[in-house]
Amino acid sequence: MKRRQFLKGMGLAGLGATLPFSLVEISFAMGTKPAEHESFTFAYISDSHLTHLGGTRFTRNFDQGLRKAVMEVNLMDPKPDFVVYGGDLAQLGKREELDHGLELLSALRPPIKWVIGEHDFYLDMGRYWEDKISPLHYSFDHKGVHFVVLNSILTYEDWIARWPTAEERMANMARLDNPHGSPFLVGEAQLRWLAEDLAKYDANVPVVVLSHSPLYKIFKPWNFWTDDAEQVQKLLQRFHRVTVLHGHVHQVLYNQIGNITFYAMMATAWPWPYPVSYVQKPNQVPKLTVFMNRADPFHERDGTGWDILDLDSGTITNHYQLWMNENRTVAFDFKLKHPVDLKYQDPDKRIPPQFHY
Amino acid sequence: MRKPISATAAGLCLAVAVNAAEVSLPKERDLLGLPPVPVPADNPLTLEKAVLGKKLFEDRRFSADGTISCAHCHRPELAFQDGLAVSEGIGGRKGTRNAPTIINAAYYTTQFWDGRRPTLEAQSKDPFVNPIEHGLKNHDPIVGVVRSDPAYRRSFERAFGVKPAQITIDHVAQAIASFERTVVAGDSPFDRYLYGGDKNALSPAAVRGLAVFRGKGRCVSCHVIESSTALFTDNDFHNLGVGFERIADRLPEIIAAFRKAKATGKPVDEAVLSQKALSELGRFAVTGDVSDLGKFKTSTLRNIALTAPYMHDGSLKTLEEVVDFYDRGGFANPMLDGGIRPLGLTAQEKADLVAFLKSLTSSRFATTGR
Repeated sequence: MKRRQFLKGMGLAGLGATLPFSLVEISFAMGTKPAEHESFTFAYISDSHLTHLGGTRFTRNFDQGLRKAVMEVNLMDPKPDFVVYGGDLAQLGKREELDHGLELLSALRPPIKWVIGEHDFYLDMGRYWEDKISPLHYSFDHKGVHFVVLNSILTYEDWIARWPTAEERMANMARLDNPHGSPFLVGEAQLRWLAEDLAKYDANVPVVVLSHSPLYKIFKPWNFWTDDAEQVQKLLQRFHRVTVLHGHVHQVLYNQIGNITFYAMMATAWPWPYPVSYVQKPNQVPKLTVFMNRADPFHERDGTGWDILDLDSGTITNHYQLWMNENRTVAFDFKLKHPVDLKYQDPDKRIPPQFHY
Repeated sequence: MRKPISATAAGLCLAVAVNAAEVSLPKERDLLGLPPVPVPADNPLTLEKAVLGKKLFEDRRFSADGTISCAHCHRPELAFQDGLAVSEGIGGRKGTRNAPTIINAAYYTTQFWDGRRPTLEAQSKDPFVNPIEHGLKNHDPIVGVVRSDPAYRRSFERAFGVKPAQITIDHVAQAIASFERTVVAGDSPFDRYLYGGDKNALSPAAVRGLAVFRGKGRCVSCHVIESSTALFTDNDFHNLGVGFERIADRLPEIIAAFRKAKATGKPVDEAVLSQKALSELGRFAVTGDVSDLGKFKTSTLRNIALTAPYMHDGSLKTLEEVVDFYDRGGFANPMLDGGIRPLGLTAQEKADLVAFLKSLTSSRFATTGR
């Protein structure tokens, strides 16, 4: 009942009435005890990749994306409780880039929860971030929901030790299709911390995990991949309502693995194409139902954006804010037990960018 | 029985220029480079209506103090605009926006800089009752005049077949819109060059400018040129940053004030023309969509050499200033359109672009221009 009232408040109930019932109905017949907590909204900005060009010059296009997201979040009505910054604020981990990012983000009115990305990390192994911005992993509770922030972009020690300079290490981690790359890790120490952290919570408490890389395996050549993801998933198994929000992949992407719902957040810098279109052999990309728009290179903001997230009954309704495109809303369906696109799931409703790729 | 005149190019070429009150339906040649004039099914274009519309357009009695007609800001001798940065209405009151020419306004799919009206008919009724334009409280005085003035009584009977007591403001609007549908003009040197087969119609500089317009200048992405016609507009809305610095720092507060004003029932029309800050919200004032902040309609470039100053607030005085503005990538702001970026044009390319823009003047109304 609570969820129905909530959707009505969002103006979605009326929308649902005009769409195919089986596809967009959000089921209220919950199989397990509904999670009781106060509903709230937060925003998520990610992957700005601010790039230092020398002196006081930065790549204009990427600055623009972050500035736009900041302005739009400030104009949200009702206001979000907080904003998650999802990592890759910098392009090559430089202090100039992180400082520039802090300056642009200082215009943001709500408080920020920080997640580190590999582009912020591999120049100084996260030292400047930890000193000046935020711890690399931590947890907090908000209105009855437990949030866990993981540093999911660690990797193997021997790879880290391989590089003669910090700059080479950073450059190699930043590269796609790199034969000398290395997959991401949460790592044993953090897994132990996570087990202890979660042990304090009842299985009915909704859990939201914030990580930069996806906590599942999508496409290894681009490091859309966390090598020990299964171990994180195992620790989350006993909870009834678990959502993982991640950046890194710069596209509309969502998935369900067991009890865990995964949402990729939009980037403000540039879009990546859906990697399945590049791979020649079987992979673990979830079955694709609604394609990412192909970006128009004329419009710098096309294919980028940010997210508004509503948390109710322990699950997330994700409002993708897609610049130059129609916004989309993806919500968890309690009957189907996975997230569904409220508008474009039906093949008959699809818009040209979804099949022109 | 009045016979509606088809507004297709073929239909128009049969119509003969009529001396009545200087209104004439455009000949096929006048429309070179333009598609047929769009005419709504419920307001067929007739010469009687257009002639009546012109008379209404120029009638100063339709204002609170008898000084303001439509033609006050859309002056026929100035290519149907007023040459001011922002228009001045009743008692010299200044608005917030530059008067667009009505030449080819018939082709826009929305009217006003923020597109708040869908048709010429709907648009034409608003300025009468705006306190800083014609300043009437409502449309009753207009209906009163046209029902009692013997000449109008005859004209409405001829144009619409209505008795005086049946005349409404909607008839007035339909007549004005019909007149505006005759104020259309193609057949510029550009049209004769691209669509008329006259390779000598453009100067070498203008030909080079056309190449910049379609290429490095990226102009054509919004100011559209198609294979057989060119409206020079995408009928869409874009944030270029013009005027946005007036509101950027106080935006949350300004938007809150706007939402409050709208909730109390204050017309958008009045709010945006009387308050500078609200005017700069642009398309947002109509849609309430944050992504429309600071967006204004892509104006046609036809006859642009006759319609200075430029932009929605008239803040750019010359075509050279406009070209420089785009070359710099507009005015930086968080909501800047994703297609606007620094262009790196050379002095030669800029001069060529201006030469090209000056080739977009139609002969039909140029003789009355400056």
